Amino acid sequence: MQKTKNNRAWWLVLPVVLSVSFSAIIPLMTVVNYSVQDIFGPGQRVFVGNEWFIDTIRDTDLHAAFFRNLLFSFEVLLIEIPLGVLIALALPPKGWKASLCLVLIALPLLIPWNVVGTMWQIFGRADIGLGGYVINEVLGFDYNYTLDANDAWYTILVMDVWHWTPLVALLAYAGLRAIPDAYYQAARIDAASPWAVFRYIQLPKLRGVLLIALLLRFMDSFMIYTEPFVVTGGGPGNATTFLSIFLSKLAVGQFDLGPAAAFSLIYFLFIQFFCYIFFTIINNTGNGAGGSGDNRQGEAS
Amino acid sequence: MISQRSRWISRVLLILYFVLLMLPIYWMFNMSLKTNEEILSGLTLWPQNPTLANYQTIFTDPSWYSGYINSITYTVMNTVMSVVIALPAAYAFSRYSFMGDNHLFFWLLTNRMAPAAVFLLPFFQLYQNIGLYDTHLAVALAHMLFNVPLAVWILEGFMSGIPKEIDETAAIDGYSFPRFFFRVFIPLIRSGIGVTAFFCFMFSWVELLLARTLTSVNAKPIAATMTRTVSASGIDWGLLAAAGILTIIPGALVIYFVRNYIAKGFALGRV
Repeated sequence: MQKTKNNRAWWLVLPVVLSVSFSAIIPLMTVVNYSVQDIFGPGQRVFVGNEWFIDTIRDTDLHAAFFRNLLFSFEVLLIEIPLGVLIALALPPKGWKASLCLVLIALPLLIPWNVVGTMWQIFGRADIGLGGYVINEVLGFDYNYTLDANDAWYTILVMDVWHWTPLVALLAYAGLRAIPDAYYQAARIDAASPWAVFRYIQLPKLRGVLLIALLLRFMDSFMIYTEPFVVTGGGPGNATTFLSIFLSKLAVGQFDLGPAAAFSLIYFLFIQFFCYIFFTIINNTGNGAGGSGDNRQGEAS
Repeated sequence: MISQRSRWISRVLLILYFVLLMLPIYWMFNMSLKTNEEILSGLTLWPQNPTLANYQTIFTDPSWYSGYINSITYTVMNTVMSVVIALPAAYAFSRYSFMGDNHLFFWLLTNRMAPAAVFLLPFFQLYQNIGLYDTHLAVALAHMLFNVPLAVWILEGFMSGIPKEIDETAAIDGYSFPRFFFRVFIPLIRSGIGVTAFFCFMFSWVELLLARTLTSVNAKPIAATMTRTVSASGIDWGLLAAAGILTIIPGALVIYFVRNYIAKGFALGRV
C-alpha cells in the first residue's frame, strides 16, 4: 500500500513509545549503570570501567552455558519446524473438526510456563508420573531426569517440543489456508505428485510464516528460563543451565550485580543482533520474486 | 491427488500426536482428582476414588483463590491498556510513513525479544522506588514491555488488510478523524482487536518471572502461590495438580471465542 508521508503520525505512536520506554529504557540504563561499578552495599560503589565485561567474556562457565543454549535452540528448531509443518499438512482444512483441532493444539500455549514445568516434572517421575513409569518399567530403560544429565536434557527438549510445536503448526496452518485454490487446480491439471505440490507450491508459500516461526522460536528458546528451572533447576550439575538460568543465578543467587549486569548487556545485544538479521530477512522476503506476500507491506499492495 | 492409503496414515499419525499432546494434561487432571495417599501408593490410569477435595481446598482458602483473582486482575488490566495504546500506533504504522518509522518498529520488536531475566533486578528497584511494588498495576505495566509491541505488530497486520480507500471515502463524506476511527475503522477490524486482546491476555497469563518478582503478598499470581505446596512434609501433589489444572481453564475459555482467527493471529495478522 502506498503510504502517506506525515510526520504528525508521531503523535499517534507517542503513547506506545512512552509506555514501552518506561519499562525498557529505565531498567536498561540501570543495568548499564551496574555494569561499570562494583557494588558493596547501599552507597558504597566503585567505578570499575570495563572490568566486568572482560571478566564476563572470559568466563568459561558462561561459554559453556552459551554453547549449551545455542545447541538447545538448534535442536529445538530442527525438530519443531518440520514437525509443525507436517502437523499443519495433516490437519483437516475446514469444518468443526478443524476448529476442534486448532483449539486442542493451542492448549499447551495457554498454560502458564511454570505449570508446564510442573506438569512435566510430575509426568517424568518414575514413581508417580506416567511418562517416567512407562520408560522405566515397561520399556526397561534406566531413566531419571534429576540424576542423569542426558535424561534431563532430553526431558527439557521433549517438553519444549510439546509446548511450542503447536505455535509452528498454527503458523504453518494459517499459511496453508492462505494459498488460493487456483494453485492446486493448476497442479491437478499438471498431474503433480503430492511431493511436487509440497515442494513447489506449499513450501514457497509458507516461507513468510515459517520465518516468523523461526524468529519467535529461536528467540524464545534462547531466553528459556521458567520451564527448565521448574523441572531441573539447571541441573544435574550444569547440564541444563541455559543462559537465563545462569544469569539469574549470578544476579539473584550470588548477588554479583556488576558481572550479572555486564553479562545482561552482552546477552541483550546478542539477541538484538539476531533479531535485526531476522527482521531484515522478513521485510525483504515479499519484495523479491516469488515472495509470499506475508510481509508487512505485501498484503494490500 | 493424494492416495487413500497415505490419507489414512496421516490421519493415524495426527491422532497419535493429539494423544501425546493431551497425555501430560490428562495425567495432571487425573492426579488432581486423587488423594495424596492414592497418588503415592501406586500408579493408576484413572482415579479409583475420585475426590474433589483438592479443588475444594483451593476454592475455600483465601490465600489460594486470591492468587487467581490477582492473576486475572493484572492480566485484564494489561490487556485493556495494551490494546488501547496500540490501536493508534498500529494505525500510524499501517497508514503513514514518518521519520524513523522502520527504526521505531524494529525497536518495539526488540522489546518483545528482550530476555526477562535481564530486567529482573532493575524492574524490582524501579517499581519499589515509584511505590508500585506489590500492586496489580506494577505487573500490568511491566507486562506491557512485551505485550504492547506484540499488539502493535498484530494490529498493524490486520489494519494493512483494510484498503486505504475506506479512509479516503470517509474523509470525503465529511467524517472527522476521531469519528471515522471509532465509527468506521474499529468495527472493521473487530476480529483483529479480538485476536490481539487474546494474545495479550495469553502472554500476560503465562508469564511468571516478572509477575513473581514484582509482587509479594497483595498481588501475588496464582502460579507463584503454587510453590506453597512444597512443605516440610513433602509435596502436596494433589493440590499442586488441581491448581495447575485451574490455571489452564481461563485460557481454554478465551480460546473458544477466537478459534476461527487463532491461526491468523499467530501469523501476526500477516496471512
